[in-house]
Amino acid sequence: MVYYISFILIGVGIYGILTQKNLFKTLVSLTIIDTAINILIISLGYIEGCDVPIYSKYTQSTNFVDPLPQALVLTAIVIGVGTLALGASLLIRVYEKYGTLDTEEIAVKEARK
Amino acid sequence: MRRVFSILIVLGLILFFVNSLSILPEYGKVKLSKVSSAYINKSVNGNSEKVKFGESKDLEDGSANVVTSIVVNYRSFDTLGEVTVLFTSALGVGLILHGYKRKKYGRQPNFILRISVGILLPLILLFGAYIFIHGHLTPGGGFPGGTIIAAGILLLYLSNEEYDLSKASKFVESTAGSLYVIVGLTGLAISGIFLLNFLPTGVVGNLFSAGIVPIVYILIGFKVGAELSGIIADLHREEG
Repeated sequence: MVYYISFILIGVGIYGILTQKNLFKTLVSLTIIDTAINILIISLGYIEGCDVPIYSKYTQSTNFVDPLPQALVLTAIVIGVGTLALGASLLIRVYEKYGTLDTEEIAVKEARK
Repeated sequence: MRRVFSILIVLGLILFFVNSLSILPEYGKVKLSKVSSAYINKSVNGNSEKVKFGESKDLEDGSANVVTSIVVNYRSFDTLGEVTVLFTSALGVGLILHGYKRKKYGRQPNFILRISVGILLPLILLFGAYIFIHGHLTPGGGFPGGTIIAAGILLLYLSNEEYDLSKASKFVESTAGSLYVIVGLTGLAISGIFLLNFLPTGVVGNLFSAGIVPIVYILIGFKVGAELSGIIADLHREEG
């Protein structure tokens, strides 16, 4: 079952967000959750024994899988790339100000001020 | 202690998901909805003929790739919003990292990198262009083609310290975005519908078919390539 793979990946991402102290690893965990949800949406459109939704010389039958989830996931992937780029640029600014990406060390440096 | 509580929370979530599996349809046995079959048979306006590759003429949408026909013809306004979201995120990256300059190391990179970039870069750019020109016939389209072009630009940035393409990328990006809106306004002027497919749709499967779909996909490919190149150039700077 592909659904179970998606659920396990969502669990891995949430565990990473809850336990990691490095901010970059938190960003990676967010990206893992994004990918897991994309896998879940695409697998909702699969039909057994059907072809790719493209008319060509090799697929003369019109038994296609559902093309709507693929068109929606295309939008989701592009927006995920945009949020990842914004998060990375914010992390560059944080590293410039504090010299580290560890959340506990950042809290200690804030308390000393 | 923190890890134990996190494991318990995650296990509870996965148990909740598995218990709610009965809402979803069984894997591999989904039924096509009315909307999807109308998109596949290209019969949104009531055409009830079977579509055949290389024979069907002058349908309401002539692209052989069904996903492309949904994304760029039936729901083209949605794609315009998506390109706007990508533009806004590139603008935010440029705004946050304002004031940095590129670090100059003062030495040339490796010999292999310098010589091979002249051989590899035209091939990479050609492959990206092939993917977004054939977006209505084969898998792919404007977004993957633009990403491949941006990867070629990254190789160019690594091989030489003197390149600076930020002004050129901003010019290409704004021009392509404006042309997309102008194509939409042309449809509005001809028939009163924004982003109408006003060119003739030819035989399904030819290169010159599907009306404005290849034109719009070429514009999207240029725009996405320029935007991702701008993001790469912004992230390449350091304190200097």
